[in-house]
Amino acid sequence: MPITSTSKFAYIECDTNLCVGCQLCEYMCSFTKTGEYNSYRSRIRTVRVDEVLITAIACRTCENAPCVIVCPRDALTQDPLTGLIDVSPTKCDGCAWCIEACDFGAISINPATTLAEICDQCKDEPDGPQCVKWCPKEALKLTTADQRAQRTRKKLIAESLDIPTKATDPK
Amino acid sequence: MYGYSGKILHIDLKTKKSWIETKPEEWYKLWIGGVSMASRLLWESIVPGCDPYDDGNPICIANGIFTGTPVPVGGKFGLASKSPQTGYVGDSLSGSWFSIALKRAGWDGVVLHNKCDQWTQVFIDDDRVQFNDASYLMGKGTFDTEEAIRDKLGDDQIRSCTIGPCGENMVRYANVTNDGRQAGRTGHGSVWGSKKLKALSVRGTKGVKVYDPKTLNKLSYDISKSAQGKDTEKYRVYGTSTGLMNTNSMGILPTRNFQEGVFEYAELVSGEYLDKHHKVKVIACAQCPIACEQMSIVKTGPFAGAMTGIEYESLFANSSNLGISDMRAAIKLVTISDQDGMDSISMGVSIGYAMECYERGVLTDSDFACPSHPEGFSLRFGEGDSAVKLAEMIRDREGIGALLSEGVKIASETIDKEKGTESYKWAMHVKGLEPAGYDARSLKTFAAGLAVGTRGGCHNRSAAYDPDMKGDTNRFTVDETRGKVAADTEEYAAVYDTLPLCKFIRRSFTGKADRAGAWPAIASLINATTGWDFDYDAVDLIGIRAHTIKKAFNIREGWTQEDDHLPWRWKHDPFTHGPSAGVVVTDEELEYMKKLYYEAKGWTEEGLIPKELLIKLGLPDVAEEIGV
Repeated sequence: MPITSTSKFAYIECDTNLCVGCQLCEYMCSFTKTGEYNSYRSRIRTVRVDEVLITAIACRTCENAPCVIVCPRDALTQDPLTGLIDVSPTKCDGCAWCIEACDFGAISINPATTLAEICDQCKDEPDGPQCVKWCPKEALKLTTADQRAQRTRKKLIAESLDIPTKATDPK
Repeated sequence: MYGYSGKILHIDLKTKKSWIETKPEEWYKLWIGGVSMASRLLWESIVPGCDPYDDGNPICIANGIFTGTPVPVGGKFGLASKSPQTGYVGDSLSGSWFSIALKRAGWDGVVLHNKCDQWTQVFIDDDRVQFNDASYLMGKGTFDTEEAIRDKLGDDQIRSCTIGPCGENMVRYANVTNDGRQAGRTGHGSVWGSKKLKALSVRGTKGVKVYDPKTLNKLSYDISKSAQGKDTEKYRVYGTSTGLMNTNSMGILPTRNFQEGVFEYAELVSGEYLDKHHKVKVIACAQCPIACEQMSIVKTGPFAGAMTGIEYESLFANSSNLGISDMRAAIKLVTISDQDGMDSISMGVSIGYAMECYERGVLTDSDFACPSHPEGFSLRFGEGDSAVKLAEMIRDREGIGALLSEGVKIASETIDKEKGTESYKWAMHVKGLEPAGYDARSLKTFAAGLAVGTRGGCHNRSAAYDPDMKGDTNRFTVDETRGKVAADTEEYAAVYDTLPLCKFIRRSFTGKADRAGAWPAIASLINATTGWDFDYDAVDLIGIRAHTIKKAFNIREGWTQEDDHLPWRWKHDPFTHGPSAGVVVTDEELEYMKKLYYEAKGWTEEGLIPKELLIKLGLPDVAEEIGV
């Protein structure tokens, strides 16, 4: 079951049917942000619920983001145009209230600096989110709710007409 | 140094002390990682001549050179101990997050010495080593043990190598399991059991740095994308099980304990059938863009709910080899072996041996009586229910399960001694290790490769089935090229096992899997990771050196050329029908190929390694000990 979000913004979503759990997204996220490969520094995290239920989760850019509301030091702010959450390194003291508030487990604390770290969709990278670029199974995409709905509608129609498309033919 | 920390962690399980050994960069250039480095650590750390279950047999773990980097399929580690099955080198590989955690904790390898006093879970928490009571884990399966440790220690990224009930009970072919993957073959799990080591867990929070990340990322990205193409299609779509219909059509699919090479119900246990009726999802090892593990579930019947990843080797051993045409029983058997932690090939071949004993009257219903089954039961080929019962008895070492848990070599020797029978004639093993799913009677180069194999009858170490099956050699006959082909394919495989890279990536570098296609690409990856200047020849040497240290280990443990043998059946008992009917590997052919192989390796006629050769390979200390 895909987790729903109230976001009108784009965010990184993972198709659980396609995700094989290789964790390359974590490698490349941490490399992009730190120059080293380290899952503990990745802002997208793979989750193995059980042997076959595997997915990856990053910030879902909620409207009225609970993490922003709950921060006792006003360290978190949300960009009104993109929904991206910014963490002020001077204000954040690593109290982890944002982690408790996040419904998606999409926030982590950097063990070295003890500051909160949140996906920023690689806004400074010219070719966009590196996890999306690297995902070998194309399970990760940067999409809005509208795009996901439209994709589902297209898939439904394609399946009902029995026309093979990429969406129905994993091979 | 890039790609390595330069540090090996030593842990004494008895005194609970640990210490750091630093190794120079030159040492890493020789041994690289994986089975090569693990075998070298074993060579350095073991008390020569000790029993595999003695204090003196260490557990040696070595990371890969690419572990923790984005290099596709490089997230693997090598594991080495003296094998309780063969008495010689036991070297296994496993794909895993365990090795990545270990590298992030700052260790290139770990050597565990001696034994624990009571059941222990060892926890490497970055730089610290903790010894935790394992009583809350006892009796748990491999997957459950990993989860329980994560729960207890409160971190979802803690990775563990564990043993299941089979390892606890010291089933001689028990596995060490991590992240749902198995370090199988040669019985590592029983060595861990002998040390009362239930699990080795790691938390690694540091990053991995490489010499030239920009180049490494670019190379890795391209390989990762090309690994979505045609060259890996069979692995991605059907998994390795797709090979079953092919081996069946060639008449080399081991059937009813290797009595036949064609299984009349092959379609019902094929990869295609699995895909259609049982597949849930395909999942990947760590750091792998291919993803070949076909997670398969039983939906109906008494074994409903059994689920595990099905590979060709697990499948042949527990379906055609047992005459079983019900895929549900085969999946159940493999689930037992994976969850409870034993080698699915050795388990299947051991059950196959017992089935033939039953069919030939050597064993009867009452021989299978035990507290769980007081009346005993029949064990004919094709009886899936009985096979499952026996697998559980092997796991629990209950009744005759205890004897069969020792593997076919010890089981057949014991039964023949007690009953005066000749069951050695259908005891399928080389050096004590049960062979994989390619019948070697009509794969003659492969037969030589299995006979001389350092860890016994293993298809992963000898890749000589490949030229035989492709038709590069005439698989039914022997000629003067076979020694060289057997040596070349073995050294080729050793390169992958040493880096380690999964062999399924071999065509994705340039489209060609041969040395010319792969070695330059591998050299580029090594250089971008470490800053070294490896070339084609240096890559080629990796495999030769890896194989040499394992052979040297065996020589020091008392190897003679009589150990390079084949099962009686492959030499004397041809198939009666099918495309490979009427063929055996005669003693003359075997001895001829062994001679050619020793020659191709540059060894003496007795199969020993000359001093000059060892010195040329940069191993003067090995030359000193075992060179002639």
